[in-house]
Amino acid sequence: MSTFWQRFLGNPRVLLGLAWLALVLVIAVFAPLLAPNDPFEIVTDPFLRPFGEYLFGTDSLGRSMWAGLAHGARTTLIIASVATLASVAFGTVLGALAGFFGGLIDDVLMRLTEFFQTIPSFIFAIVLVAILAPSATSLIVAIAVVSWPPIARVVRGEVLSVKSREFVQAAVLAGQADLAILFKQVLPNTLSPLIVTGSLLVATAILIESALSFLGLGAPNLMSWGFMVGAGRSFLRDAWWLVTIPGIAILLTVLSINLVGEGLNDALNPRLADL
Amino acid sequence: MTGTRLLRYLVRRLLQAIPVILGVTVLCFLMLQLAPGDMAEVLAGESGGASPGYIEELRARYGLDQPVLVQLGVYIKNVLALDLGFSFRHNANVTELLLERMLPTLLLMGSTLLLSVGLGALSGLFAAIWVHTWKDHLISLTAIVAYATPLFWVGLMLILVFSVWLDWFPTSGMENVVMFYEGWDRVVDIAHHLVLPAITLALFYMALYARLMRATMLEQRGLDYVTTARAKGLTERQINFRHVLRNALLPVVTVAGVQVGALLGGSVVVESVFAWPGLGQLAFEALFSRDYNLLLGIFFLSACLVVVVNLITDLIYVLLDPRIAMGS
Repeated sequence: MSTFWQRFLGNPRVLLGLAWLALVLVIAVFAPLLAPNDPFEIVTDPFLRPFGEYLFGTDSLGRSMWAGLAHGARTTLIIASVATLASVAFGTVLGALAGFFGGLIDDVLMRLTEFFQTIPSFIFAIVLVAILAPSATSLIVAIAVVSWPPIARVVRGEVLSVKSREFVQAAVLAGQADLAILFKQVLPNTLSPLIVTGSLLVATAILIESALSFLGLGAPNLMSWGFMVGAGRSFLRDAWWLVTIPGIAILLTVLSINLVGEGLNDALNPRLADL
Repeated sequence: MTGTRLLRYLVRRLLQAIPVILGVTVLCFLMLQLAPGDMAEVLAGESGGASPGYIEELRARYGLDQPVLVQLGVYIKNVLALDLGFSFRHNANVTELLLERMLPTLLLMGSTLLLSVGLGALSGLFAAIWVHTWKDHLISLTAIVAYATPLFWVGLMLILVFSVWLDWFPTSGMENVVMFYEGWDRVVDIAHHLVLPAITLALFYMALYARLMRATMLEQRGLDYVTTARAKGLTERQINFRHVLRNALLPVVTVAGVQVGALLGGSVVVESVFAWPGLGQLAFEALFSRDYNLLLGIFFLSACLVVVVNLITDLIYVLLDPRIAMGS
């Protein structure tokens, strides 16, 4: 049986995904060096075509598209990863408590989860951002609030199956406290599905963030890919690159995350990989 | 299954749904109380500024000066009588407004659902039949790309290619209002406007169902009943289409039912891109004009819609798989 890393890195789809993600990450981290201008600064004439003096051309106000893409990568990645971390943390605690204690706690928490799944999540996110006033923090809160239910369900299911295993019973006999058993014995054994679901959640978070920014509900003063598409849509007829290029950036990034996430899943569950 | 049992089941499910719908309504009501500004301020601001006394008077007239719980009680009482209040922005009854704007959204969502479940299941089916050949890889690759594409961007790209460059379809709206089409011509005109929005909204779900269908088909084909069917001497074609297909459709139907809420969210984006005059656009306008009565009405309607669709999903489920007893 090959090791996890052999299975994971031997998958060409994973390598492609990782390569693009690494590129985006480097651009995001070094954005101030690679594109020293403020992305909102007007640098030259508007509507310059791409691949000329400016790598990706300029937008309707004469702002550099390259600067927008580089700084937008920062905004998008930061918001998506923080929101995912928050929803994973919240969903894990909720799912773990529900699965571990069962009974009334389980009933109440699972009703709550189902309730949140009934509300159309994107409309809910729009309302949350509007109520909290658009900012990076409210985007993060809105994305996290609508994304935690699947995590809670996955963790609950895993906890339910792990908690009846022998090593948990041994821990009970050894006199460990409930919460110590939950956090030290049970949860570490639910990590692999959690990592897969969490990594795929980053992709969803990017899609929600860019859709909100596209609708004009993004963080003001922060350049993002969705905002660039939204700003360029009025000029679709004359300047196709304003919409096309940032959209491709979103598409490739989300695609790469999905490829890596599925690669993780296949590598962690080799028996299911052929399905 | 007899008619009375079906009826009793339907009534019981609808009764169970009432607390959920009321819960959503209460939550949204309380949330909107936290939002900055109210309609008195917006109205006063639009009339070019007003004295604080006038704003107070407006609040008193619309009952906004009452404690929150009293307002909530009044609202819930009205909702139970199916009176969703008055939209000051559109100067119309919310219920009437919603009924008028619901049709375009239902049209968009319905055609999206048909398109995505139909084509999605079909391509998943063929990917599974041609598993590990280049056709399978092509379908899977298309699905994985479509799955990662932002909705709004698909819409804009379709407009760019099929409206701006090729001029095959109109860029926006639901019908050509200056032509005053009637009867059959109007149907054709609306269908013509519907093509791009429906494809935009359907693409993501098509990818989702194709992948799901492929996975369940492959899973089902390893099961014992397929071996039995093969031993009986059935052809692969009969096995796939008569036995496996039926079982593999179940998860697709479930997921399609669950996704209807998400479809409603997606239609906000699509309606904004294509200026489609539906509920999503109405919700968006209501939010920015602080028309909270209207917004609450939209939430109420979406919750009802989700519940009804879940019920329909369960009924389809029973039709597909007679073993699933109704109400158990």
